Amino acid sequence: MTELAAPELALSDVPRRRRHPLVFFVVRRVAAGLATLFVVSILLFVGTNVLPGDVASAVLGRDSTPAGLAHIRQELHLNRPAPERYWNWLSGFVQGNLGNSVAGQAVSGQPTPISSLIGDRIKNTAVLALFTILLLVPLSIGFGVYAATRAGRSVDHAITTVSLVAISLPEFVTGTLLILLIAQWLGFLPGVSLISIGDTVFSDLSILVLPVLTLLAASLAQTVRMVRAGMVEVLRSDYVEWARLSGHRERDVVLRYALRNALGPTVQVIALNIQWLVGGIVVTEFVFGYPGIGQALVQAVSARDVPYVQSVGLLIAIVYISLNVIADLLVVLLVPKLRTAQ
Amino acid sequence: MTALAARLRFARTSSGRIGLTACFLLLALILIGPVFAPHDPAGIAGLPLQRPDGQFLLGTDSLGRDVLSRVLWGGRSIVGLAALATSLAYVVGIAIGLVAGYSRTLVDPLLMRVMDVILAFPPLLFLLVLATGAGHNAGILVFGVATVHVPSIARIVRAATQETAVRGYVEASVARGERVHAVLRREILPNILGTVLADAGIRLTGSIIIIASVNFLGLGLQPPAADWALMISENRGGITLQPWAVAAPAFLIAFLTVAVNLVADAVARSLGRSTAQKRVAR
Repeated sequence: MTELAAPELALSDVPRRRRHPLVFFVVRRVAAGLATLFVVSILLFVGTNVLPGDVASAVLGRDSTPAGLAHIRQELHLNRPAPERYWNWLSGFVQGNLGNSVAGQAVSGQPTPISSLIGDRIKNTAVLALFTILLLVPLSIGFGVYAATRAGRSVDHAITTVSLVAISLPEFVTGTLLILLIAQWLGFLPGVSLISIGDTVFSDLSILVLPVLTLLAASLAQTVRMVRAGMVEVLRSDYVEWARLSGHRERDVVLRYALRNALGPTVQVIALNIQWLVGGIVVTEFVFGYPGIGQALVQAVSARDVPYVQSVGLLIAIVYISLNVIADLLVVLLVPKLRTAQ
Repeated sequence: MTALAARLRFARTSSGRIGLTACFLLLALILIGPVFAPHDPAGIAGLPLQRPDGQFLLGTDSLGRDVLSRVLWGGRSIVGLAALATSLAYVVGIAIGLVAGYSRTLVDPLLMRVMDVILAFPPLLFLLVLATGAGHNAGILVFGVATVHVPSIARIVRAATQETAVRGYVEASVARGERVHAVLRREILPNILGTVLADAGIRLTGSIIIIASVNFLGLGLQPPAADWALMISENRGGITLQPWAVAAPAFLIAFLTVAVNLVADAVARSLGRSTAQKRVAR
């Protein structure tokens, strides 16, 4: 992992004489994450500015006149060189100024700060993600361990096959099929997850059921398969055999010996799947008309609202890359072999 | 020989057989289906959102076009674009991986850092950013999806190249004075191709999923193109009146991705790989 000398700080709850290079690992991983984010921000800026048509023409739309365009360009500093605009955007972003929405300005005629548009949407998306994760973690461990203890039997085959099917389906197909089956034909649960003005997502939690199911379908299938694979391996190991031969009950063998050792990789698998939820959430929110940040992002892309896509894209990249860093750190914390490696 | 044997072995598992049969059926539907289309897929044939009847076996869509004809035509884009993007990804990924793996200069770390940055993007966000900057069309979509796949292919190719480059027969050909591209193409590439292509099916599933998703979001192919994903998003508003305009393409996409993934899973398993470790990018 790292060849650096052991730092001063050691984990107090890990009784080992040798100090751990953990702090250096954490610092290095976080620094790498920040460097990646910086490069990603450049790519976001360049990527959204590929086409010659600029923000000014998007603001004015069909009403654009050369004079009007020049005025807007002046106002939005679009006539400045690209590196300068990039720097202004990034330094503003770091200070919490996400810029102004072009679509918002086109509608209201006023500069509309992006930060004023996304507060509620971020909350809604967070609620959706949270519910999904709260179900994902226990269910994936439960089903994964259950399938592993019955490896090769029909229950295991059933779980494996169903999960293969679920992984294969794009979220928008899963969502559409759920709407058809549950909302349309069976007639319960709303097929559209709208939140009326003045209400919050908690006013009617039934709107969350189908979106959460949609997100769970692919991610749960994946984590179950991976938890099962890890658990099957551990159950085949010598110390599990030893525990069995020592006369421990099978339940204890599975839960106290095997699961504990399978948990390290499992946590990483689940963390990675939470990271992969990012793309799924965007599509799922769009399918159900759920007013989250993903749905807004899709609308902004359709309207070519460049500042909005840049800032919200960077926010999403921050979440995505942070989750990646956290997944890496968790593994190092949970797998003793990695933690103490010199 | 062993690779060939392994390739045939997957067809012996029941899931591999089912997947393969389903893939053939779908391919037949996609390729020769348009011949049997009763109406013009782009032409307005009747009233909008009619339920299935004798004239329109699957009803009409939100504009009054025949759903059956559009379904028969609409598989070409999804499969064609996904196959194109996946092949492009392999060509570029193999080239980058070979160069990075064989070069002992700064080229290697430089290429791999670029790959790391692409991997740091959520795939869908990458495509959305491209769609914002470069517009909504099939070319951009194929380019974007291929780019999303390139880093992981390049990594595998690089590792396999490094392993192969130190073998006796490669060193012999270098000693003979063969030029670099000849060594790469004739000595290394044929020997790593099996390893590299083992998960092609999984990547193809990934391409289908992400291309369909972008088309569904309205940020790829544009109307009036007949495309299964686009059909779902066009007819969602009429789902209570005419569910078949949504259900038919949704079932077909589900059928397609599951069939391709069944084959991919069976192939990967017959090559002794655990597909549990992979998931198609979204």
